Amino acid sequence: MNPFAEYVIAFLLLLGGAFTLIGAIGLARLPDFFTRLHGPTKATTLGVGAIMLSSVIYFTARGEGIGISEVLITVFLFMTAPVSANILAKAAMHIGVNTMEGTEGKPWEQ
Amino acid sequence: MLDRLSFPQPWLSLILFVTWQFLSDGISGGSVVLGLLLAWAIPQLTQGFWPERPSFMRFWLMPRYLARVIKDIIVASFQVAALILSPRQPRPAFVCYPLELEHPLAISILASTISLTPGTVSVDVSDDQRLLLVHALDAENDQQVIDAIRTRYEQPLLEMFK
Amino acid sequence: MITIALYITIAMVTLAALLNVYRLIKGPDAPDRVLALDTLYINAIALIILLGITLGTRMYLESALLIAVMGFVGTVAMAKYLKRGSVIE
Repeated sequence: MNPFAEYVIAFLLLLGGAFTLIGAIGLARLPDFFTRLHGPTKATTLGVGAIMLSSVIYFTARGEGIGISEVLITVFLFMTAPVSANILAKAAMHIGVNTMEGTEGKPWEQ
Repeated sequence: MLDRLSFPQPWLSLILFVTWQFLSDGISGGSVVLGLLLAWAIPQLTQGFWPERPSFMRFWLMPRYLARVIKDIIVASFQVAALILSPRQPRPAFVCYPLELEHPLAISILASTISLTPGTVSVDVSDDQRLLLVHALDAENDQQVIDAIRTRYEQPLLEMFK
Repeated sequence: MITIALYITIAMVTLAALLNVYRLIKGPDAPDRVLALDTLYINAIALIILLGITLGTRMYLESALLIAVMGFVGTVAMAKYLKRGSVIE
């Protein structure tokens, strides 16, 4: 395999793994639900996106054609992440989960 | 009767058809027939659920907007990563963002963009669709968040849906 | 070199999944648990892709696609249940 492609694949894999891990650390250690929402919706989505990209490059460099399935999964994840974050935030607001001390402003009631 | 054979949403049908070709591992006679069938049936069956389409939309501005959003996602993800790993507590805030956009599709694109770009998650839209409740992970003051969203994302969308 | 990077990445994603399980058990509220499950399925997709690269096969991508679709529907259904008290009104 082309050594340049190898470097790119290894870099993307490590970047994706690091972002996935950072998203999970954020989920585990941030203080309240609304702050925890930030980690998974972005860091994890981006991490999985990077891993998918490395998979696409890997199979392309091996000469097995360009992977469309990976691209479809990535697009799907990027489209659904904000939707599930939004609907979870609405549910949390409805239940009235506690917010951390020092949060400015309040979730509204309708 | 002829009404039933038409494609009420040509773009949706096209996307469905192309996606089906990708999913079915190579284009063959069967996948084309089944793709056409799905591209016809799904818009017909879901017609009642679709919101009204915007009367005018500048599609060609979309790629530039998408490029900006993807760049922002990557650049700002590093900031959120640094914030998660740093020992200090974040300063979260709920910000009421006054919307200038009016079309529901434009508002939902803006809300999704806000959720994907790090540092902010859109939580709710008020019933009269004039306010967007945004939760910011680390905000020094509300006005800064509002200005950032307005100049970076809402202005291009306003141009698109004029 | 890819092999080493692959093993490190698998270790990181597995650790991430364990952290999600920690949040899933600890809670404290129902939305936290749903959020943990949501992140867990995305991590499962990442692990499946990594397994596919390790074994050098594309076969597992279909299951990743299925998990992506089903996981999203599951998250939406659970969030709807939390908000309204029923999934289908």
